[in-house]
Amino acid sequence: MNDSNHVSSVDFLKNLRGFRELGLVVFIVSISLLIGARNPRFLTWGNLHDMLLDTSILSILAIGMMLVLVTGGIDLSAESGIALTGMIVGLTLIRYPQIPAVLTLFMGMALGAGFGAITGAIVAGGRVIPIIATLGMMYVYRGLTFIVSGGRWVNAYEMPDDFKAMATGRLLGFSNLILIAIVVYIVFTYFINHTETGRQIFAVGSNREAARIIGIRTNRIIWLVYTLSGALYGLAGVMWIARYASAQSDSASGYVFTIVAACVLGGVAITGGVGSISGILLGSITIGIINNALPMIRVSPFWRTALTGAIILIAVIVNIAITRNIERKALLQRKI
Amino acid sequence: MNGLKMDTYVLELKNISKYFPGVKALEEVGFNLKKGEIHALVGENGAGKSTLIKIITGVLQPDEGEIFFHGEKIVFSDPTVAQKNLIAAIYQNPTCFPHLSVTENIFMGHPIVEPRTRRLLWNEMNAEAMRLLKTLGSELNPGSKMGDLSVAQQQMVEIAKALSLDARILIMDEPTAALTSRETEELYEITRTLRKKGTSVVFISHRFEDIYQIADRVTVLRDGKSVGTWNVSEISEGELIKAMVGREISQLFPKSEVPIGDEVLRVEGLSRVGYFADISFSLHEGEILGFSGLVGSGRSEVAQAIFGIHPYDGGKIFVRGKEVPIDSPWKAMEMGIGYLPEDRQLQGLVLPLTITDNITLSTLDRYARKGWLKSRAGHDISQKLFSLLKIKASSIFDKTYSLSGGNQQKVVVGKLLAGELRILIMDEPTKGVDVGAKSAIHKIMSDLAANGFALIMISSEMPEILGMSDSIVVMREGRITRTFSREEANQEKLLTAAVEVGR
Repeated sequence: MNDSNHVSSVDFLKNLRGFRELGLVVFIVSISLLIGARNPRFLTWGNLHDMLLDTSILSILAIGMMLVLVTGGIDLSAESGIALTGMIVGLTLIRYPQIPAVLTLFMGMALGAGFGAITGAIVAGGRVIPIIATLGMMYVYRGLTFIVSGGRWVNAYEMPDDFKAMATGRLLGFSNLILIAIVVYIVFTYFINHTETGRQIFAVGSNREAARIIGIRTNRIIWLVYTLSGALYGLAGVMWIARYASAQSDSASGYVFTIVAACVLGGVAITGGVGSISGILLGSITIGIINNALPMIRVSPFWRTALTGAIILIAVIVNIAITRNIERKALLQRKI
Repeated sequence: MNGLKMDTYVLELKNISKYFPGVKALEEVGFNLKKGEIHALVGENGAGKSTLIKIITGVLQPDEGEIFFHGEKIVFSDPTVAQKNLIAAIYQNPTCFPHLSVTENIFMGHPIVEPRTRRLLWNEMNAEAMRLLKTLGSELNPGSKMGDLSVAQQQMVEIAKALSLDARILIMDEPTAALTSRETEELYEITRTLRKKGTSVVFISHRFEDIYQIADRVTVLRDGKSVGTWNVSEISEGELIKAMVGREISQLFPKSEVPIGDEVLRVEGLSRVGYFADISFSLHEGEILGFSGLVGSGRSEVAQAIFGIHPYDGGKIFVRGKEVPIDSPWKAMEMGIGYLPEDRQLQGLVLPLTITDNITLSTLDRYARKGWLKSRAGHDISQKLFSLLKIKASSIFDKTYSLSGGNQQKVVVGKLLAGELRILIMDEPTKGVDVGAKSAIHKIMSDLAANGFALIMISSEMPEILGMSDSIVVMREGRITRTFSREEANQEKLLTAAVEVGR
């Protein structure tokens, strides 16, 4: 009797580890209150909504990146993929302004999926290490962005009104872009947790050889995650030009590290096998807060980048410390 | 006659050959399996058993030969073909997904889904996983993360996975190696039940106990060729050993009587939160101290604490009478303590390096002058150990990943011997090693003791513990329950001490 009680308390503590996001929630709440105390405008609805708006694009990108990271890979080409799809869609809109705004989202996804499929084929079929293959594709896609645009911008006045309205329009008080992100989140939560293919991604990331032995076509899965990553950065690319009302050849330069940071903050293991949708959502929000709040409490722009890095590191360390503490408590419970 | 007989085989392999770069892994091997029989496959390490299994499961394709399934020719071009024909395998190193739950590990590859939407039915899978584990007598929580389980528990999950496939042919590669005797009994029972249901089982094991307990027939492989197939009732243990090694083994456990010298290691009240507590013992020159107990009783953790891998947080360690805080493997080695890990691939070897690189790895500074390696000296040592340990490879420059499990173990032993370490801790030194290599390792241990080395041997095999140890410590759930001298110990007493409840 006594024995079974002790077992269940260990189980409980073990389950707590599933809430490693708890540390992140604590971090988000406390930093929000701190900043709110310094600048009350931070906690106004208008500002929080703006922040979520920025986060919506980042969090969609983080889902794609997470899928790749879970298989033990990385997709550095995501950032130039954003620029390339954004630019192609922007240029298309100049020529065919009558295209409905909703269609551009699907156009972006299709284009991105195509780019991702090429990257995936190089990684899976060509057996090139992901970091090298995607680094190469990062430059290829960036270069293509300059080639298709001829170095020019697509400016706000060249975009059709209903396209710009997509970014500014609201439904139930939320920006359309936030709602798009919510839909993506629901779809991928289902995909990752309730479909066979979704789980196979994790299996391949956890132990590729074992996955192969039980008959999972590992190369197909690897190819798929890059393609999905592509579809998502394609979608994000269109949202990006709608949000900023311009398409530029150097959009999102260096942004890939922000995406990876959001994933790592959210508990995705760079070594593969581990990652959750709720985690990367929290990770993205944390990054969103940092980016939004630092200017609001008048941190000098010179300091901002260094501070952002430092805060990300602190958040990761706090996260690890909490996880360790939970593990240690579980061990103390074990009767010897 | 022949044609008629063929129909009774569920699976028949004819003249199978498989070549790897520089090695003939299998040469014209024949093997057949009847419906509802347990067929043991035995042979020394490197004899080709694992390769043969991988061919049956479609992980590898044979270079020559044919496979007949229910009398018809079949090509297992990839693992899914074998799976569709209800052939399942439990591999030697559990091929699990450490980050995923037990349920997922069982059902990955053949999940229970809602037929129309293909949505995964987690509740059903969890319930079924629980049921399968219960039939195996295991109380594991299907939600536990696989990586948090012990090897024995992982093995149980692998067996549950095979059961969930409802396999007609089940291949078990050393399933009992990591199991306790009680778990082994349960596995026998399960295997017999499967046989009654008409399942054919291929059972690979180094333990003769396994073969004589449950197998109907036995096929012996040696050096990639099949030596023969016998009914188990018609072949004696001696004949079987002879068939396996091609020679007779005089004695399995030759620990010779040597004078026990001064105390070299004393441990007082050692503990590590969550793993073990209040561990005290002493070790002398020329002594082999056996650590017995069930898998998971904390023996390996104690060894790893003494060697500084996972430092202890209470108690004292004395080396030659002087207290030394050991907080890292470097410190332990400085004190003359060496450690042979249980998981040789994970902790003992750098697989992409050569045999000689591995052997000299922890003692490199001895073959270096002013930072430059003098390879010759290292090669000489390696060559000596290579022939002493009879490592089966073409030369000391072979990469260790190309070696079989038993030969990898020999390389790890070699690495240990290359260092000038006088206190050696060996964690399951002969696990997964064939009789020939086992006898060789025991001989080496005995010789080391005779030369004044002090040895700690962790082993789950009773005969090994009883035959090799001068004194025996028994652990249960992180504590020492009893200590025996060689004379007073017997199988029954050890087992009682290992499982007894209440102290």
